[in-house]
Amino acid sequence: MPSSDYDPASLPDLLPLYYRRLFPFSQYYRWLNYGGVQKNYFQNREFSFTLKDDIYVRYQSFTTQNELEKEMQKMNPYKIDIGAIYSHRPNQHNTVKSGTFQALEKELVFDIDMTDYDDVRSCCSAADICCKCWTLMTIAIRILDRALREDFGFQHLLWVYSGRRGVHCWVCDEAARKLSVAARSAVAEYLSLIKGGEETVKKVVLTDPIHPFIRESLAVVERYFPRYALQEQDILGRKESVDKVLSLVPEDILFTLQQDFQNEKKPESRWKLVRDQATKKQATAKKGQYFEKEIMLQYCYPRLDVNVSKGVNHLLKSPFSVHPKTGRISVPINLKELDVFDPFALFEQTCKYSFISFHFFTDYKRTTLAKYVKYFDQFLDAMARSWKGELLRKSDLQKEF
Amino acid sequence: MQFMSRQKKLLPNSHTELYGQCLQFYGQPPLENIALSEFETFAVERLKLLKTVENLGVSYVKLSEQYTKKLDQESKNLNFPYRADADDRKSQSGPSEIEKRRKDHISHFILRLAYCQTEDLRRWFIQQEVDLFRYRFSYLSSKQKLEFLHKNNLQYDAISVEEKKALQDKLVNSSYAVSGITVEDQDFYKVPFQDALDLVRTRKVYLKAGYVYIPHQDIVTIILNDFRTRLSKALALTARSLPAVHSDERLQPLLNHLSHAYVGQDYSIQKNVGKISLEQIDSLSGKSFPLCMRQLHQALRENHHLRHGGRMQYGLFLKGIGLSLEQALQFWRSEFIRGKVDADKFDKAYAYSIRHMFGKEGKRTDYTPYSCMKVILSNPPSQGDHHGCPFRHSDPELLKQKLQFYKVSPSGISQILELVKGMHYQLACQKYFELTHNIEDITFSLNHPNQYFVESQKVLGGGKDIKREMDTPQRSQENSGRGSAAAREAAAAANASQHLAEMTEELDSFFQDA
Repeated sequence: MPSSDYDPASLPDLLPLYYRRLFPFSQYYRWLNYGGVQKNYFQNREFSFTLKDDIYVRYQSFTTQNELEKEMQKMNPYKIDIGAIYSHRPNQHNTVKSGTFQALEKELVFDIDMTDYDDVRSCCSAADICCKCWTLMTIAIRILDRALREDFGFQHLLWVYSGRRGVHCWVCDEAARKLSVAARSAVAEYLSLIKGGEETVKKVVLTDPIHPFIRESLAVVERYFPRYALQEQDILGRKESVDKVLSLVPEDILFTLQQDFQNEKKPESRWKLVRDQATKKQATAKKGQYFEKEIMLQYCYPRLDVNVSKGVNHLLKSPFSVHPKTGRISVPINLKELDVFDPFALFEQTCKYSFISFHFFTDYKRTTLAKYVKYFDQFLDAMARSWKGELLRKSDLQKEF
Repeated sequence: MQFMSRQKKLLPNSHTELYGQCLQFYGQPPLENIALSEFETFAVERLKLLKTVENLGVSYVKLSEQYTKKLDQESKNLNFPYRADADDRKSQSGPSEIEKRRKDHISHFILRLAYCQTEDLRRWFIQQEVDLFRYRFSYLSSKQKLEFLHKNNLQYDAISVEEKKALQDKLVNSSYAVSGITVEDQDFYKVPFQDALDLVRTRKVYLKAGYVYIPHQDIVTIILNDFRTRLSKALALTARSLPAVHSDERLQPLLNHLSHAYVGQDYSIQKNVGKISLEQIDSLSGKSFPLCMRQLHQALRENHHLRHGGRMQYGLFLKGIGLSLEQALQFWRSEFIRGKVDADKFDKAYAYSIRHMFGKEGKRTDYTPYSCMKVILSNPPSQGDHHGCPFRHSDPELLKQKLQFYKVSPSGISQILELVKGMHYQLACQKYFELTHNIEDITFSLNHPNQYFVESQKVLGGGKDIKREMDTPQRSQENSGRGSAAAREAAAAANASQHLAEMTEELDSFFQDA
């Protein structure tokens, strides 16, 4: 993990600068207002702030962009979370008759956290990440992005770096925002292939027929597997790793492979041996014949926390929020540049331009953050086209009266 | 809901129209006058039926032969309809098919009144009604199924033959039940994925651009979804008209009792608070905790930490066995501090959630300890978790090792694994109880971890300290310290209808024996 000059104690000095100079308030408001198609959409949105000394305040809401700006510049939150759009203004929820204050809509969200992969990565653990295991995020984004677009028909997806050890996805389509709890949970389950906790050794089991979704996901995994798993993670190199992989192989093949591995030390060749055995088994169509696919999926397939996606009122870290522990900003990820996205570069450059040399620049346009805000703008432009259509439709309906 | 006061009476022939089919959506409430005794009997009997549906659903695969046979039997015994051609002949004894369907109709609406009041009750009621519906639906012919779709006003489009051909491979590979022949022979329908969540959730269907492609034979899932949604909305509406119903003194006691009876004991009212000291917990975990809690306790001691799912499941269990809030805070704090959490952080982050569990924060609802059903069916554990039901969620190999470590005999272990294979998780846990307590056949039917604890303490301690609550949990009649108010209440209760008292007694004993 690259060392950084970031010291969490400097936050009280850096945050005011960030909120005055860099935070893209107008784009942020443009997003959450969703074109003004629905009344009070922005006003009824819950925000929560984590302030200095771990003080946590919920049910914040604002009537205008200006009010949001002023509050944030006054409170200088360490962390910002976005919640649901409620039936009433969240900051007035105490005045509402109990039972009638309800979460109505929210983007469909996903949270991929690197700690959930601790059992299959050897380079880091817990909150650490490095460029080796970052590939897992790339794989996750590619698989989920494809599925959400092609299988579910969603179009407006915002992928965001969480600031420390993972990524979030915000699905902003109108249909997504209106999904029920049951629907969100069903989407998340459809996308889940890894089942089991500490007590489960084999976390992926495939049976015939292999669903098109799994095939598509496997295609992505297979592209990254040789370099990521065989080389960088070296899963067929060191003995403990090899044992772990072999624990996922059917019993009748285990012995043969162990023998073969005595004479073959190169990971790529070892993997070929595994694949050959799998091909043999698939010809017999006996149980457990997809074990080589199961191994690849267990090591690479995205691990989602279903609970984050399920709840309509679940609070999730906001894009452009600062991560207090790393000093990094949660920036949107441009999928066209996904393979070169470097979460570590973010800190160096953003910090350098935004804080230390800030007096040379007057606004965000000159900083590295600019490129992420520009990408965010493009995302909003694409959505705006659908808002325009909605507004026209609505005004047409009104004319009929 | 004014069927008690309306004067309108339906003529007997109209019954034939109303109840033309064995199965219905319960779209319209009954409009006749109903005698109070019928009201009570119908409600209680439907509740028995739903309770059977619940138990069978845990012990057997739904719609398997054993499941349907047993449910057929229960429906017959309780005089509920289940199959159109079952009892068409006019038998001398017992009600006619029409009368059974009328009972089905009325009893459903009565139970709506009892079960609309809280989220938990609604969820339970909807789950059992959907399962009951699914079972009865399985007896319909294809033609009858299609009639249902028409009644449903479901907008679904059949895809063209060309599109079917183009998608053939994908369609065949999306579902075990769909072969090349299915694609050729049957119509496929394009349905928005929101209307087919069960199929999406289990990935049993082809999904493209937000639509699922369903063969005619699978239309049932759509219907079940629709039924569930409608019932859910209806219950929300019913809840709003409750105050009017509750003001009727004849109905209120019965409705209250009905809604508490489904769980029997939910261990929400804390008894024996403070009877257990923290020092006892280690030894109790080995002797009297069910496997799920023993596992959680061990993980907590080893890692000095538990994730949210584990904290909830174990924390509420501890509350159920009688830990006070102060004890709970001390317990969790001392363990977490031995790990990576310092005292300050504990007080800020974790203490809040423990107080929440005891109803001292936020919504101030007193959370109830999880039943076996809840542990087995919701929130499965993932990487880093130790909660859930070991019989359901652990690898059989690892489960075996664990049982060996806990010194269960090899023959006992294989009995348990057999039960697990058959998905009889609660029976497996009962077997574990028998083996660890050295008794032959237990007299209770396990459905709650706290029940396990109470029963275990009875076996080990002769049942002196922990009283088994036989009474209804609705109003604590133990509050004898309340003086004259309680005496007056008791007198009033005694004056209540004899019939009602008998009814509730019967209900109680039914659920204790279940």
